[in-house]
Amino acid sequence: MTDTRDPRPLVRALNVSKHFHGVEVLKGIDLDVAPGEVVCLLGPSGSGKTTFLRCINQLETIDGGRIWVDDELLGLEEKNGRLLRLHDKRIAKQRREIGMVFQRFNLFPHKTAIANVMEAPVQVRGVDKATARAEGMALLERVGLGERSHHYPSQLSGGQQQRVAIARALAMKPKLMLFDEPTSALDPELVGEVLDVMRELADDGMTMIVVTHEIAFARDVADRVVFMDGGVEVESGPAREIIANPQHERTKSFLRRILAEQNESAVPQGGAAGPDGGEAAGQSAGAQAE
Amino acid sequence: MTKTPEGREDSAERPGAIDARPVRHPWQWVGVVVIAILAAMLINSFVTNSKWDWSFVWRVMEYRPVLEGLVKGTIICTVASMVVGIVLGILLAIMRLSTNPVLRFVSFVYIWFFRAVPRYVLLVVLGVGVLYLYPTLDFGVPFSKELGHFIGLDDGATFYTLDVKSISSGIIVGIIGLGLSEAAYMAEIARAGLLSVDTGQEEAASALGMSRGKAMRRIILPQAMRVIVPPTGNETIAMVKDTSLLSAVPVSTELFFQANAVANSTYLVMPALMAALIWYLVVCSVLMIGQTYLERYFGRGFGSQSSNSRQGAPGRLRQLAQLGGGGK
Repeated sequence: MTDTRDPRPLVRALNVSKHFHGVEVLKGIDLDVAPGEVVCLLGPSGSGKTTFLRCINQLETIDGGRIWVDDELLGLEEKNGRLLRLHDKRIAKQRREIGMVFQRFNLFPHKTAIANVMEAPVQVRGVDKATARAEGMALLERVGLGERSHHYPSQLSGGQQQRVAIARALAMKPKLMLFDEPTSALDPELVGEVLDVMRELADDGMTMIVVTHEIAFARDVADRVVFMDGGVEVESGPAREIIANPQHERTKSFLRRILAEQNESAVPQGGAAGPDGGEAAGQSAGAQAE
Repeated sequence: MTKTPEGREDSAERPGAIDARPVRHPWQWVGVVVIAILAAMLINSFVTNSKWDWSFVWRVMEYRPVLEGLVKGTIICTVASMVVGIVLGILLAIMRLSTNPVLRFVSFVYIWFFRAVPRYVLLVVLGVGVLYLYPTLDFGVPFSKELGHFIGLDDGATFYTLDVKSISSGIIVGIIGLGLSEAAYMAEIARAGLLSVDTGQEEAASALGMSRGKAMRRIILPQAMRVIVPPTGNETIAMVKDTSLLSAVPVSTELFFQANAVANSTYLVMPALMAALIWYLVVCSVLMIGQTYLERYFGRGFGSQSSNSRQGAPGRLRQLAQLGGGGK
């Protein structure tokens, strides 16, 4: 990479590699994210972008390279010239500083919206309940769900659930927010409300790494996009530049394909919904059947 | 009002509200009549056949030793051994799903052993064998006695000696035996419950910085309970009936033993046994009501309120499946 921005990045990943059962899914990824920067990871499915995101939150352990968040080395420490893996407790502590939003929301179904938001501050940070409730309500207001605080996740739409999930992550006051395809499981008409919340978050100066297929969102909100394929970074740079004028052939064909898909699914006809829309509908139907 | 589909715009012929005769089920009524006749015959025989001797049944049900047996041997033993079984079972299930191979192995061996041993045999072995093999329990440094012999010391390093005879009333042995055996079954039920919780839940919890233990206690277990509670109710009802095995220990303050004793001493066998049977029915009925409330509590947040109160066919099928297949 040839960038010469902030000398103290919030996130620095160097030569990160990861393999599952002998298959290399990440082959030496480098990434610096400055404080307040919004970076979108783009790429076809199986390109390793979600895996890379999960590595930053240590939901996957990396096999090579190093990741620092706020100058703290993740998952490892050096002692007497030897590298040691960190104990689970230290890893849990590192995760507190990083918020994560999942594709399938992963709200706690046995807890109401406000209880979901309060859970981690009370249980992990030891905040007293009254404070946590007040802060949680403020967060729910911020994502536009103040009136839904006592609803269980099953009583909320997908878009509302994802907004609660964002509020839940924000309740830990993270330095960094990770979004793993936050709108991929949503019905097309619910995508906008989630993207709006994320856009506001970006405007407020939150540092964000977003795995997404929403090209328009990446173009308008991200400072920088990284295009990945086959476990390597193919090209990266200012979002508008890359999306308007991709240099690499693989980026070009990916963007062509995905933009065609998104235009198609924008046509308001049931039969012409894109594969994403069909999948989301299937999932919500499955959730109801449970 | 719905829109008329295209091509059928003739508004004069648009059908309105449906007022149709429901499907008739004549055979259902035939069934009701047959059942009613059979039930009447049964009740008639209860009343007219003096050998049923209901007044004596009632007296046996109220008889003090029988009541004492019901409370101590049946109810207290059921509750205590289920508590042992559930706590130990959940622990075993967590061990079984642990990343630690030693814990996994220990849990596997435990479940293998206690599922293979019949409860009756286990109770006899515990009742007879423990006192015979281990009349006292020494607490001290492991193998200190054996090592002490080598270096010429007499009593090694024993800090405390427990007289097993003093605590081993039959009921305690019975509770331990039934509880240990139950734990093996509960472990499998709890394991199914833990596995039923989406892995995303643990990921979400750990992404929020929760420790594994806290995630288990606050997030995973409460959701697993939804799956664990129905079969546990089943196990509890089975346990009520299995307390009648306590006579193997032997325990005499137990419902069936006492009813049987009355039968043997009065030669009024059927009325005495009916007394025990009715008590079992009463206890199990109360438990089933309790189970309904527990299920409602742990099912919160899953499915809408309306689908909880008016159960659809799948719910009822599930209930039927739980009713069947009880005792071991």
